[in-house]
Amino acid sequence: MEAYISLFVKAVFIENLALSFFLGMCTFIAVSKKIATAMGLGVAVMVVQAITVPANNIVYHALLKEDALSWMGIKGVDLSFLALLSCIGMIAALVQILEMILDKFFPALYHALGVFLPLITVNCAILGGSLFMIERDYNFGESVTYGVGSGLGWALAITVMAGVREKLKYSDIPAGLQGLGITFITAGLMSLGFMAFSGIQL
Amino acid sequence: MSAILNDETKKVLVTPLVNDNPITLQVLGICSALAVTSQMSTSLIMALALTLVTAFSSAAISAIRNHIPSSIRIIVQMTIIASLVIVVDQLLKAFAYDVSKQLSVFVGLIITNCIVMGRAEGYAMKNPPLESFMDGIGNGLGYSLILIIVAFFRETLGSGKLLGIEVFKLVKDGGWYDPNGLMLLPPSAFFIIGLIIWGVRQWKPNQAEKVEFKIMSIAHGEGGHH
Repeated sequence: MEAYISLFVKAVFIENLALSFFLGMCTFIAVSKKIATAMGLGVAVMVVQAITVPANNIVYHALLKEDALSWMGIKGVDLSFLALLSCIGMIAALVQILEMILDKFFPALYHALGVFLPLITVNCAILGGSLFMIERDYNFGESVTYGVGSGLGWALAITVMAGVREKLKYSDIPAGLQGLGITFITAGLMSLGFMAFSGIQL
Repeated sequence: MSAILNDETKKVLVTPLVNDNPITLQVLGICSALAVTSQMSTSLIMALALTLVTAFSSAAISAIRNHIPSSIRIIVQMTIIASLVIVVDQLLKAFAYDVSKQLSVFVGLIITNCIVMGRAEGYAMKNPPLESFMDGIGNGLGYSLILIIVAFFRETLGSGKLLGIEVFKLVKDGGWYDPNGLMLLPPSAFFIIGLIIWGVRQWKPNQAEKVEFKIMSIAHGEGGHH
């Protein structure tokens, strides 16, 4: 249990996908102008991340890993080079299915999150989460923890960023630094803040 | 040669470098790139990989653009890009294993790099293969330029080296330069890119964004009776 808690804290703060691995930066910069939309996107990323990382974990361990096909009686086959293709296919398909389910059963939620779901397919944070899961060889339990944790970390980062930017629009910024420039500097300062967690040993 | 390098080709090859840079103006492809810029060698490999993937995927998508039904075009583009990235990934693992270990997941993340998708969707779907190929090269080079500038500052200031060769002699080896550890950490990449954007927009004021709220100066308030 302790290992899971430590993995969770690590995924949320220390190895924050947005601020220490720069993942999902395009949407992080583009959709962080208002707190409400940023939070909506953050929740959507968290939900998708919590589903896709474990799903990719199952596919990888059951089909792609070296000798994974031995349960079908096929030995010595290593399909791990297909992981990239299977991960992105899995993510695209799951996002599509999630969109349909939300539309059918939770219309209110669909209207809140619907516009963000197509964006999420090409969000590097989602693919990055799955690839880190494969690289670090997580088992199923760890992959669930990591999926939820890293999604939560990303949501936290974008919400905080939107809060800062909402205040920032009233400040007097030099012309060339306006908009994108100051956003990068802000992200850098936030990233410094998150670095403070890196000394924590769990 | 002049037949290949006509005006359109030249335009798509040169404008993405400064005037329409994918990173500083279009805000694309920042995602996977910044984490690899703490060393020059990894940045060069990453830049090369992305340029090749963008060029070939644009050419391939452009070649079949009239046969792709628009409802499934994203999936088709994804599949083409992912296949090319797998090829690059396997090549790196075979010929540059150390670098591929350092780049870790970031080679795979070229699939979701917005530059590749953005060029496929924005240019290759409407233009013939050769121009799309050149457009891919141009945008790849614009991305590479920023990556190399960032890596240059991070590696020289952070470890006193460039491509692993000593530039500044470090204090611990009896030299004079005390390395700036911040340059090796993620925040420095944000700062450097922010400053590059500031520089570019100061140089080309038409790229600057409009101010959302104008702060009125009290001393020279608008509509005063002077």
